Amino acid sequence: MNSITARRRHPLARYAVLLLALSLLGGVYALLAPGGDRADAAIASGRADDVAAGKELFAAHCASCHGLNAEGTYSSGGASGPSLIGVGAAAVDFQVSSGRMPLSDPGPQAPRKRTPEWVNQDAIRQLAAYVQSLGGGPTKPSAEMVDPTKGDAAKGGELFRANCIQCHNFVGSGGGLTYGKYAPPLNPASPTQIYEAMVTGPQAMPVFNDSTITPEQKRDMIAYIVSVRNQPDPGGSGLGRIGPVTEGLVAWVVGISLLVLAAIWITAKKRQANHD
Amino acid sequence: MSLDSAPKAIAGPANFIDERIGAGSFLKRNLRKVFPDHWSFLLGEIALYSFVILLLTGTFLTFWFKPSMGEVTYNGSYGPLVGVHMSEAYASSLNISFDVRGGLLMRQIHHWAALLFVAGMMVHMLRVFFTGAYRKPRELNWIIGVLLLNLALLEGLTGYSLPDDLLSGAGLRITEGVLISLPLVGTYATFFLFGGEYPGHDVISRFYSIHILLIPGILLALITAHLILMWVQKHTQMPGKGRTEQNVVGAPFYPSFMAKSGAYFLFTFGVLALLGTFAQINPIWLFGPYTPADISAGSQPDFYMGFLEGSLRLMPSWEINFLGYTLPLSVLIPALLPLGIVMTGLALYPFAEQWITGDRREHHIADRPRNNPHRTAIGMAAITFYGLLWLLGANDWISAKFHISLYTTTNVGRVLIIAGPAIAYFVAYRMCIGLQRHDQDVLSHGVESGVIKRMPSGEYIEVHVPPAEDIAAHVRGKEPIPAIEAAPDSDGVPPKGMRGPLGRLRAKLSETYSTDTEAISLDEGHNGHGAPHAAVGAGEDETKSIGH
Repeated sequence: MNSITARRRHPLARYAVLLLALSLLGGVYALLAPGGDRADAAIASGRADDVAAGKELFAAHCASCHGLNAEGTYSSGGASGPSLIGVGAAAVDFQVSSGRMPLSDPGPQAPRKRTPEWVNQDAIRQLAAYVQSLGGGPTKPSAEMVDPTKGDAAKGGELFRANCIQCHNFVGSGGGLTYGKYAPPLNPASPTQIYEAMVTGPQAMPVFNDSTITPEQKRDMIAYIVSVRNQPDPGGSGLGRIGPVTEGLVAWVVGISLLVLAAIWITAKKRQANHD
Repeated sequence: MSLDSAPKAIAGPANFIDERIGAGSFLKRNLRKVFPDHWSFLLGEIALYSFVILLLTGTFLTFWFKPSMGEVTYNGSYGPLVGVHMSEAYASSLNISFDVRGGLLMRQIHHWAALLFVAGMMVHMLRVFFTGAYRKPRELNWIIGVLLLNLALLEGLTGYSLPDDLLSGAGLRITEGVLISLPLVGTYATFFLFGGEYPGHDVISRFYSIHILLIPGILLALITAHLILMWVQKHTQMPGKGRTEQNVVGAPFYPSFMAKSGAYFLFTFGVLALLGTFAQINPIWLFGPYTPADISAGSQPDFYMGFLEGSLRLMPSWEINFLGYTLPLSVLIPALLPLGIVMTGLALYPFAEQWITGDRREHHIADRPRNNPHRTAIGMAAITFYGLLWLLGANDWISAKFHISLYTTTNVGRVLIIAGPAIAYFVAYRMCIGLQRHDQDVLSHGVESGVIKRMPSGEYIEVHVPPAEDIAAHVRGKEPIPAIEAAPDSDGVPPKGMRGPLGRLRAKLSETYSTDTEAISLDEGHNGHGAPHAAVGAGEDETKSIGH
């Protein structure tokens, strides 16, 4: 008791109390806050007819832009969307699982974002089944087709450099395109999404179909992308892995600034003449 | 034995050597050489010490680097490239990075040192420019400096290309594009450099000889000349108490300046080691080997070449086709014009300034940037021009990271590259004038003391005290900017040499350049106050009474 009394006026005491209060508050909130994984019971149980359930989801979430029968709509200025007949289940899975669709507001390009609450594995499967039923198209790849451990990263790297880096940058950090479009970074994309992007060509991306790049080659590319993004940077901080732009920034902001400070410090030290 | 005499074992041989080579008097004279003290005088040493570290780390790298474009299959430690065909140069660079002990650290320190070498030169050059330290008798040393900067850019370009990775290949391709676009000699020059069709098999080994032998040799010779000239001509000093054009006030080389300089080498080395350890630079394993068919988004050169990249990106696609020959202005202009403007402008500036001001005197006291507003404004306009080009060399990242349309960045850049320097000129000029007025204010009204005093009338004033002695001396070091005599004589005839159009231009430029502002004088007695300022005036009276 004495030690607390003695130390409660310590200069750091107020910070310690603040830290304690904050961690208490955070801990209580984490315990009481509602969980984020409330499965939508209706969809989870309704496996009877994916196409029918998908049609309902489509009417609720997609039809305002893509039309009630996915035939597409066009209005100058307002919301409009392309026809989805023939885009295939892979396109639906890519767009919805990455949060790009449903679009929150029309623009040059749909950004990757957090998926809305109604989106889960079952909802995506049902939507995909509905769109697939309209006119076929590429389907979602199996887990084995996108397994990075089964691909050859070195071969994939050569294909990646030949086909992808002119937009996505040499390690998939992304890059700018014209008219407000951009090649997004590949780091958040799952192996399945990378595969689906190649076969469906979303947004500004061209389609790399199976006769251009075989499914095995696609798996090699996925193996390269995943292995490079997971590898640590042996030289220290990767500086965003975008090359000389950040390196130049660091050379000036860190290097030159530190040396200027050092110069100021050194010259501020005056010789103490005739002192003691 | 007294403390003043050396022990016999040392004094004997020392005398023997001294009597034969006369080093004693040389050292005595030079070790006591006085160096003025100001932090900005150390900036050039960033470049000097980076150069030393570049030589050391570069030598280490040559032990393992193989400057050959012969094709090999990689079989080293880096998994994602095993089995890939590549040049021996790239494979040996990977080898240095992953299989040579300490190799990656050395590579990274070498590359960071290269960036700090050029950046150090730039900040040093800006210091010399803005303080007018390039004036007579130092014009030649200034020209050596400009040569050093150009050589450093070339040295950087050749070194950047050596690892033969995909990113450096993009730079090499642009180099080829610029070379081949030269009228008449372009194709011949390209075939000469590359030994045939691009990329050929020779360019890496040729760049290697240039990078490790030719340019470092010239750099070393010029840096030595630069330092000897600086030593002989003595360093400039900032204006201040007791400092004149005839003396140098500071600390002697030995021991004071030598200790500071030595410490600064260690600081430079420390910062480079820090960067080399904690910040990854030029990760060639991520870029992959060079093939002319591949190109990556976000391909940028090192920062010092960024302004050329930017000018290339800004340039509209103009070309002239004449009698079956193409003159690709879209490559020629961005490659040669900004470089020409910046480097020629730098080299000629001391002579242009002499011509305009007619000032042929020697100057050993540096100007404070504010005291020559037009020079400072021209410098800021040049920095803006260079800086905008440099910034727009990364316009794809600006576009991607800040969600601005790429074409917007290009179009805005095209306008700014013309308007920006003009705005910078005006703003810098006005700031210089404002700072001069502030100086005048400090001298004539003193500085705020933080003491509030209530007058018998009830009025509150803040007491002002005179500025510290050294600050006042520093401020009073301002010299008027000289101008040529161009006024017509009593018969209305201008002086000789001022009568032609060139003479009239010179007279006009001289008049403008020397115009500080009429209102400013640094005399203490301030007359010409329109309305008497009660608070400050009363404060000055106070100054006298509390001045002790």
